[in-house]
Amino acid sequence: MSIRHTAALAALLLLGAAPFAQAADKPTDPQIAHIAYTAGVIDVEAAKLAIEKSKTKEVLDFAKDMVRDHEAVNVQALDLVKKLKVTPEDNATSQALSKAAAEERAKLAKLDGAAFDKAYVDNEVAYHKQVNGALETLLIPSAQNAELKSLLETGLKIFQGHEQHAEHVAGILK
Amino acid sequence: MPKRHLWIALTLAAGLVPAQAEIIQVTIDRLVFSPATVEAKVGDTIEWVNKDVFAHTATVKGGWEVMIPPKKSASLTLKAAGPVDYFCRFHPNMKGRLDVTP
Repeated sequence: MSIRHTAALAALLLLGAAPFAQAADKPTDPQIAHIAYTAGVIDVEAAKLAIEKSKTKEVLDFAKDMVRDHEAVNVQALDLVKKLKVTPEDNATSQALSKAAAEERAKLAKLDGAAFDKAYVDNEVAYHKQVNGALETLLIPSAQNAELKSLLETGLKIFQGHEQHAEHVAGILK
Repeated sequence: MPKRHLWIALTLAAGLVPAQAEIIQVTIDRLVFSPATVEAKVGDTIEWVNKDVFAHTATVKGGWEVMIPPKKSASLTLKAAGPVDYFCRFHPNMKGRLDVTP
């Protein structure tokens, strides 16, 4: 269960803007933790698909970086919720993220070679952009607990780095 | 010919009385190089201390790269003078600069 929650963070990154638009009210800390974890797990799952399918060194290196960083973030997220005795709470945003990610993975799974590389990396750029937007405008401002806020802020910097890294890889593939 | 000898003598003298080479620490905490800009001399060593749980690099475009594993340190001894901009290859939004004087 906790692994699933961590994944939420990764998922946020991958999905883009639409899932966040559905969040009507300010999310609570348990919901934010769930969303952030989900967003991470989604990005790890996408990266594992890329490691399985791609033969391009830059894409493989990038995907391994995503697994490493997002798993590290999610370990921190799990440690924090344990420390704060917060139980991450499933919510509409997490569900929308997971649904969109499943659709994207199904789309990617049908592609091969250069078409896969391009679709994966383009989606990584878009996903990180969306998650960064959500972190900046919704999740960080809504977070009540200072430690959770701080972890989200570190997460934002990581994801902004990933967005630039993905853009760099996209440039190489062209 | 005498000119050449003078040069050798100067070089030797410089070698005999070296400026004390320093180890300069740059801390990495939450994806920030700190201090972001470091003034150093050729022969000094930069030691990056990574407090993050993430791997980082100090990379110069078209130049050197230092891998800095999570919660570890890594060093580089400066061999050339000049300003150098570096970044983290994994998180290109992390930037630093070394101003290296001879």
